[in-house]
Amino acid sequence: MKESEIIIVSKDRAEKGHYVKPILMGLGYTLSNFFRKPVTVQYPDEKTQRSARWRGLHRMNVDEKGELKCVACGLCAAICPSHAISVVPYEEEGKTRYPEEFIVDELRCVFCGFCQEACPVAAISLTGVYDYVDYSRENFIFDIAKLKDPEQFQFKG
Amino acid sequence: MIDFFIIPVIKLLLIFGVCLFLIAYTTWVERKALGHFQLRYGPMRVGYHGLLQPIADGIKNFFKEDVIPENADKPVFILAPIISISFAIMLLGVIPFGGPIIIFGKEINLYLANPSIGILFILGFATMGSYGTILGGWSSGNKYGYMGGLRASAMIISYELSMAFAVISIIMVSGSFSLVDMVAAQDGIWNIVRQPVAFFVFFISGIAELNRIPFDMPEAESELCCGYNVEYSSMKFALFFIAEYTHMFVFAFLVTTLFLGGWHGPFLPGIVWFFTKSFIVIFICIWIRATIPRLRYDKVMKLEWKFLLPVAIANIIATGAVMALLG
Repeated sequence: MKESEIIIVSKDRAEKGHYVKPILMGLGYTLSNFFRKPVTVQYPDEKTQRSARWRGLHRMNVDEKGELKCVACGLCAAICPSHAISVVPYEEEGKTRYPEEFIVDELRCVFCGFCQEACPVAAISLTGVYDYVDYSRENFIFDIAKLKDPEQFQFKG
Repeated sequence: MIDFFIIPVIKLLLIFGVCLFLIAYTTWVERKALGHFQLRYGPMRVGYHGLLQPIADGIKNFFKEDVIPENADKPVFILAPIISISFAIMLLGVIPFGGPIIIFGKEINLYLANPSIGILFILGFATMGSYGTILGGWSSGNKYGYMGGLRASAMIISYELSMAFAVISIIMVSGSFSLVDMVAAQDGIWNIVRQPVAFFVFFISGIAELNRIPFDMPEAESELCCGYNVEYSSMKFALFFIAEYTHMFVFAFLVTTLFLGGWHGPFLPGIVWFFTKSFIVIFICIWIRATIPRLRYDKVMKLEWKFLLPVAIANIIATGAVMALLG
């Protein structure tokens, strides 16, 4: 509230009739509010802009060929303070490593962002999706398929 | 047959149907307007801009569980909302909504009844309606309800006085107890011009009688956690609420009839003028509610006994003196 918007009722409460003018001022103030646009954001229909650095649901990034960038080094699983990430690597002779299984338990995660800091190939990053809701705990255990497109879990009302 | 039965029944159905519809939608108007006064939207989800909200509320109230507390006085507990709503709705019968109109060559008066003591009928039955509040508070076996009932009785004892005194000066000016004659007496000049002090006193004590913020002593949410209706649920609670809004409507009609020239007005038909003026009064009620916080209990009593009542009595004396001087 701005200093100019504070209506002082009476410095000395014993003074008689001093509430009439402040009441009229208050009536004027509320009436001017009546013709102003409400400040409400109609949440599921319209949303406020998230910051680019917002730490929401995880995303597994893919390269230009559509393959996972992840090399299953396990650094993210190692640095995770809440043990929310588990990686099972797979490696064929002479080819790149890739994760056979990459699971993020979104209910264990504290969204600290250490995993995206630790990743040497920028394979995991946190998105702006902050309002995923579901009915069962199992649905919060994200596998690779879910992690590829976390935007689908944005709450739509 | 037509004059004594069919026309009154049609008028009855029309007046109560239209008025109860308007009352239901006043809850919507109030929530919307209060929201916009506080830079919010109010109800938005049910229908376009919440237009179906009153219907949703009604359905919800019908299907809620009806709880009667164990240590409540059961017959009185059930009777209280019935008293509240029936006496409130009865008031609509004597309000003149417009001048006489002619349909199929027949002159029809736009009121249900025109008793020669119309204003006394309204004052009396409005007070009877408050018995519902008092009994509801006292019979629910809850200390907050009990306090609410006590406060409700204190409010009607005090504010009924200044309201009646304000009305007396109007009776003196128009020379009749009948509401229709009172409106007819305001053809040229409205009573708000002739009796501004009476209007002021009537408006303030009327809001107090309605138990609306800033005078909502019996149901002060922050002090008594809803006061007299704290134990009521389901349709009984809804009946209390409809009664409250009916009282607000009757108050708006009464201010229009007594002070704002009733159905008189240029160009438009009388009934349109009547409802426009009434809605302006209702809007002012909501506006005051959105602005002024609740007064402390002793300040409310002080305002009545030390300010409004002396002012109303002085106004009567002054009116009488002026009328005696002018012959």
